[in-house]
Amino acid sequence: MKVLVTVKEVAVVGDEFELDGLGIDDRYLTYELNEWDDYAVEEAVQLAEAGDDVEVVVATIGPERSEETVRQALAKGADRAIRVWDDSLADLDVLDPATKATLLAAVVADEDPDLVLTGVQGGDDAYGATGVALAREVDYAWAAVVNDLDVGDDHETAAVHRELEGGVEELTDVDLPAVLTIQTGINDPRYASLRGIRQAQSKPLDVRTTDDIGIDVAALDDALTLTDVYEPETESDATVFEGDAGETADQLGDLLADKGVVDG
Amino acid sequence: MSDVLAVAEHRQGELRDVSLELVTAGRDLAEQTGGDLHVAVVGGAVDEYADALDREGVDAIHTVAHGDEFNHDVSTQAVEQLVAAVDAAFLLVPHSVNGMDYAPAVAAGLDRPLATDVVGLDYDDGLTVTRELYGGKVEGTVDVEDDWAVLTVRPAEWPVAEEPGDATVESFDASIDDGAVRTTVNGFEEVAGGDVDIGEAEFIVSVGRGIDEEENIALIEDLADALGATLAASRPIVDNGWLPKNRQVGQSGKVVTPDVYIAIGISGAVQHVAGMKGAETIVAINTDPDAPIFDIADYGIVDDLFDVVPELIETVEG
Repeated sequence: MKVLVTVKEVAVVGDEFELDGLGIDDRYLTYELNEWDDYAVEEAVQLAEAGDDVEVVVATIGPERSEETVRQALAKGADRAIRVWDDSLADLDVLDPATKATLLAAVVADEDPDLVLTGVQGGDDAYGATGVALAREVDYAWAAVVNDLDVGDDHETAAVHRELEGGVEELTDVDLPAVLTIQTGINDPRYASLRGIRQAQSKPLDVRTTDDIGIDVAALDDALTLTDVYEPETESDATVFEGDAGETADQLGDLLADKGVVDG
Repeated sequence: MSDVLAVAEHRQGELRDVSLELVTAGRDLAEQTGGDLHVAVVGGAVDEYADALDREGVDAIHTVAHGDEFNHDVSTQAVEQLVAAVDAAFLLVPHSVNGMDYAPAVAAGLDRPLATDVVGLDYDDGLTVTRELYGGKVEGTVDVEDDWAVLTVRPAEWPVAEEPGDATVESFDASIDDGAVRTTVNGFEEVAGGDVDIGEAEFIVSVGRGIDEEENIALIEDLADALGATLAASRPIVDNGWLPKNRQVGQSGKVVTPDVYIAIGISGAVQHVAGMKGAETIVAINTDPDAPIFDIADYGIVDDLFDVVPELIETVEG
């Protein structure tokens, strides 16, 4: 069985930052493997550990910098990686789910995996749509927001739980091949071992241009244009307790006594 | 004149609130485009749902009787056919777990642009949507270049449509290819339960990502003990296995309505807020004064929880 995990590197911003044009100033950004994708990688590696002859391939769309996060996936046990990038993609205004799905569909066509796993959403732009769009592009079955996965021995169906709102899970069988979007909490993602990190350096990481995968970026529908970014106005009308920790704790203690939830 | 089609959502025999929020969002957009608002519901007790969806501003309701529960393969086919049949320019779907499970497929199938989790819709010769980025730290506006699109709308962002309407109700005979249905929904399972029902608690101390390490949870447990409060958590704490699932507050966890809710080291992501905004009094302790939790808090302490919490324990035990 072949499992393809699509991952992305996301920019993470701390409490303090400044905007620069239509983005956050680079100085305030750090880059990491998307949290949801980390769970997808773990799920794939666990499938490989549980079964014979399971190959785990990682695919990403991103500039050279993103190889760092892809190597993390390799260090955790993926067998090889594919990175798609060239200047034509860097020029796109918004790398929207439809565009990503088209690019990843070309990779799926090449690799012909039985199962594609990806995170539910990216921590940065949070579209939450690429996995399902990809499934439709490649005509695979799919399930979104999966928090439990059991692949049948015959590799023909997967039994999944989909995490709905309000503490309810839907129990669903999905025909393979399928794309599953993986929710956080489905497993406990491992840290890469030192040995894994060393091994990852020698695992194949193929870089492919859009030409290589047969996609004409100029023909892609660049339908979304980012026109403005700004910090949302704070709507806070909270009473903020002032003072050092001892003073604010006292004020909160008084409030809780006033509300009658603790003894005054 | 661009028509809008909004697709309602139901589960286990109940129309979900997000459906009536979607009616409001759809009406706002249709008023701006000068078009009609169509509402659709697929599967379940469609006639009953049609009655509930008949709110002011809805021009037509389309019912698709096919199966009891949501199946994305059925919804994808039915909605694609409906968009074509009513010639809707803009398709609105809730940004719910099920919305995420079929709206992107419809967009891909119809080859229309998709913008998800939108919190604002403005139409002036073209559609501009507002979305959040970086977990709500930044907001952005996105122009949709085409004059049609598929949009998923964030829950709890628009009010529920209340006033009754006089829409026409029509049954839509979608042609569903059962051979293209490749998922089978076998049932549902409640995940909550266990020793404590946080949904019943009157005083909750809730802990989030700001706690940093598993061993620090003990500090919040000590506080909950000292205060006589029930301990709860935001999603990352439960994902990490530091507290059990029945302690999770939020969209995918429990909805809580205590008298007092103290949010400690919780930034206030929209999914968390959905579960606790009904608390009578909300207190937030967080180092970041711009954290969204302060937007809904009644009282706040902008400080390090590791400084404040031990002091608070001392105060109440003192």
